[in-house]
Amino acid sequence: MANSQNRLFAEGDQTAYNIKIEAFEGPLDLLLHLIKKSEVDICNIPIATVTRQYLEYIELMKELNLDIAGDFLVMASTLIQIKSKMLLPASNDDEAVEEDEEDPRAELVRRLLEYQKYKEAAMTLGGRELLGRDTFARKFEAPELKSLQPEEESLEIELFELIEAFRRVLAKVPVQSFHEVGAESISIADRINDILTLLQGKEAVTFDELFAEGGTRELLIASFLAILELCKLKMVKVVQAASFGTILIMPAVPEGEEGLTEDAVGPGRY
Amino acid sequence: MDPAGIKSVVESLLFVSDVPLTLDRLCSILEEFERGEILSAIDELKRDCNQPARGIFLAEIAGGFQLRSRPENADYLRRLSRIRFAKFSHSSLETLAIIAYRQPVTRAEIEYLRGVDSGGVLKTLLDKKLIRILGKKDIPGKPLIYGTTREFLETFNLKDLASLPTLKEIQELAEPDLYEEQGKLPLDEGGER
Repeated sequence: MANSQNRLFAEGDQTAYNIKIEAFEGPLDLLLHLIKKSEVDICNIPIATVTRQYLEYIELMKELNLDIAGDFLVMASTLIQIKSKMLLPASNDDEAVEEDEEDPRAELVRRLLEYQKYKEAAMTLGGRELLGRDTFARKFEAPELKSLQPEEESLEIELFELIEAFRRVLAKVPVQSFHEVGAESISIADRINDILTLLQGKEAVTFDELFAEGGTRELLIASFLAILELCKLKMVKVVQAASFGTILIMPAVPEGEEGLTEDAVGPGRY
Repeated sequence: MDPAGIKSVVESLLFVSDVPLTLDRLCSILEEFERGEILSAIDELKRDCNQPARGIFLAEIAGGFQLRSRPENADYLRRLSRIRFAKFSHSSLETLAIIAYRQPVTRAEIEYLRGVDSGGVLKTLLDKKLIRILGKKDIPGKPLIYGTTREFLETFNLKDLASLPTLKEIQELAEPDLYEEQGKLPLDEGGER
């Protein structure tokens, strides 16, 4: 606490301000700070004092022409609401109900304690020996290797990227003005077969290639569902070297995972 | 086989590899060795590297093993190639901590816990690949749910998520001095000054 910059309220408590706005991550952080400063039990916050200090702080932010985030104002109104609730005399007529009634501060206290927990966790996290800050390893970024590593979970990550890519393909197809009424039925099974034929003997096919022939939106949608189905059946692998990069569809060779990785490292590397 | 031999083989592999090598991967490469032998070679290497004169240590990262530079030497290493070294703001650390401990978690849950809008931070963390979208939560509005990635483990020097200190442990570390402050102040202040 020797660092006076971090002090919101100096010893004089209400008069001397020495603040550093960035020090507070949000209203909860500010509240925690105020409570610590006044050295009170977090479970028994003197709501009037803390509310006053909190409002003074917001006032100060205004004076300094800082944009007050809405979150700070929401908290201010919460504090005032709690304060007014506590001023109301407890109703005596129904004692059973009264016992169930919570201290109006309870929810706030819970949030503060919870926040404090994660704030401390964040500090522990930041104190670790971070790669790229405290410790270094051989070429950390190896996306091309990483994406080719057999990883069961990787599909989950790709799904959203896959949908995004599909959206882009779909956007290329003009919304057709209809001239033919009969519905063309394209089965997903047909598209699965088409895709498998396309993949035959090839190492990989790009996502865009699958849709190269163009076609109706129905066809595209059937193709997309076919790819998802093939992924589910573990018959193809969908990989992407970099985000927003080309998405590759490759036949999944069950026992060939090692072969794949080796291919990726590739000739000419040694 | 010669135990000194396998240790040096493992060291070479770890030295050359770009990514943390899992025990399974090592076993499949070193098929002529027993799993136990490989494990004890790793243990020995770990001990060797722990000597203060060494510039590297063997870290257990994201389920694998990787040789990394000693944190004590960080200042010098940063000069090596003007590496833009990782920096984390309070808000990203806070958000990361919440996601790491509470995953799968929605943006609304994160914002409730932090008390501030977290859209920007989430985007940055997604861009840095420290977190990822796990899917959608099956509640009205189908909000996206977030979780941490393998890169998160690699960056924060973690073997797995379970090796994060538990929130309870963190609290136990932090709490005593909180009580001390409250309990002792009225009594001790006079005496100490």
